[in-house]
Amino acid sequence: MDLATDDNKICTRICTNNLNLFYGDVHALKNITVDMDEKRITALIGPSGCGKSTFIKTLNRMNDLIPGVRITGDVLLDGTSIFDKSCDVVELRKKVGMVFQKPNPFPMSVFDNIAYGPRVHGVKSKERLAEIVEKSLRDAVLWDEVKDRLKQSALGLSGGQQQRMCIARVLAVEPEVVLMDEPTSALDPISTLKIEDLIDELKSNYTIIIVTHNMQQAGRISDKTAFFLHGEVVEYDFTEKIFNKPEDKRTEDYITGRFG
Amino acid sequence: MLTRHSFDEELHDLYLEMISMGTCVEESIDNSILALKKQDIELAIAVFKNDDIIDEFEQKIERKCLNLIARQSPLAKDLRTITAALKIITDMERIADHSADIAEITIRMANQKYIKPLVHIPQMAEMAKRMVNKSIDAYVRQDVELAKQVCASDDDVDDLFNKIILELVNLMKSDVGTIEQAVDFMFITKYLERMADHATNIGEWVVYNVSGEHEHLAQQLHRDDRKNNPFVR
Repeated sequence: MDLATDDNKICTRICTNNLNLFYGDVHALKNITVDMDEKRITALIGPSGCGKSTFIKTLNRMNDLIPGVRITGDVLLDGTSIFDKSCDVVELRKKVGMVFQKPNPFPMSVFDNIAYGPRVHGVKSKERLAEIVEKSLRDAVLWDEVKDRLKQSALGLSGGQQQRMCIARVLAVEPEVVLMDEPTSALDPISTLKIEDLIDELKSNYTIIIVTHNMQQAGRISDKTAFFLHGEVVEYDFTEKIFNKPEDKRTEDYITGRFG
Repeated sequence: MLTRHSFDEELHDLYLEMISMGTCVEESIDNSILALKKQDIELAIAVFKNDDIIDEFEQKIERKCLNLIARQSPLAKDLRTITAALKIITDMERIADHSADIAEITIRMANQKYIKPLVHIPQMAEMAKRMVNKSIDAYVRQDVELAKQVCASDDDVDDLFNKIILELVNLMKSDVGTIEQAVDFMFITKYLERMADHATNIGEWVVYNVSGEHEHLAQQLHRDDRKNNPFVR
């Protein structure tokens, strides 16, 4: 697909407007204004401590849980501010799901892990729950590996399987946006590639934002890439452009690995 | 010290190899035309044999580039530098092939008196050689303006090419005894014209290396071969 010419048909799903975040006196995110496209994969790259994870956690208000955090500016999901008083945070985190670096299966069966979210959101019917669990596991390309052990503990799965199960858990509540904070950094190369294939499949139905330290991963799977440095977005463009001819020397130095 | 300094050293080695190959290519053009002008068969044989050395250069640099891609995952400017090198060595190798082709014809015409004094062919050879020299210089200096000048010169080479061909055609029409040699000179003229084309390609890859845009500079100058080419109506 030629992303450049298709741009007119793509909508912004989630965007930030002059977003600033402070941890006490520390200005962690500075005037960030980015539009993230619907049903595309946006990669966030940058050195450690540049604000990528802080940014991604702001998108579903996970930073609300940190004492001393102050936010100015706005984050809009489908044009509506997520900081609006009328915004239900639980509902927000259903629409904007998150997968973390370390797989975090709940200490329960595979089935109950996936069914947990729908149950919290009011799904009681056993048949409906079974349908949701199967669909989510199929969407996460895990069904065939676990269908005969749904009642067994999720802690017995391999690392790559656990992470795919965490993705299935997010999908079970039918999100619109999926946030991924270094989802493969704790996994072996083969599991990593399986997850990348899965992410590529998912983008036809979900908007995906992924933090990654792996430059090659960002190049392989993302449509657009944002380079963060010291809390700012230095450059944000189609991945092809960023990786072939970035505009900013700081971006060029980072992606070519030149640090003095 | 910057990180990736060993990668930077390897890129610098690549750059030096490209310069060495370019020097050999320029020498091969010089010697092939000198051999033709002076009917120096030994020199022509040397040009012919020297082509193997240039082919080895191409293979060595190609291996180096592929190795760098496999091991270093180059991006942005690094990727463009290596890609441009891969493309440029092909053009340089073809230029050297054409020098060898000219040398081969010189050897074949060893004991013949030329049907006419060589005036325009050496002139065209000088123009082609200057273009090759400038294109390699542009690569060495990463000079976009110089690279664009190389492309602009191609028009003049093409004009001279058409003039020489017409001259030779008229010569053949007036004296059938000249046909054999005239055909050989036509081949030589064509090889020189192709050398100039390859120099233009090198110029375009220099521009790509610096700007990230691979433009067909000839088209940009709105050059239309058909307007000036008497053989295509």
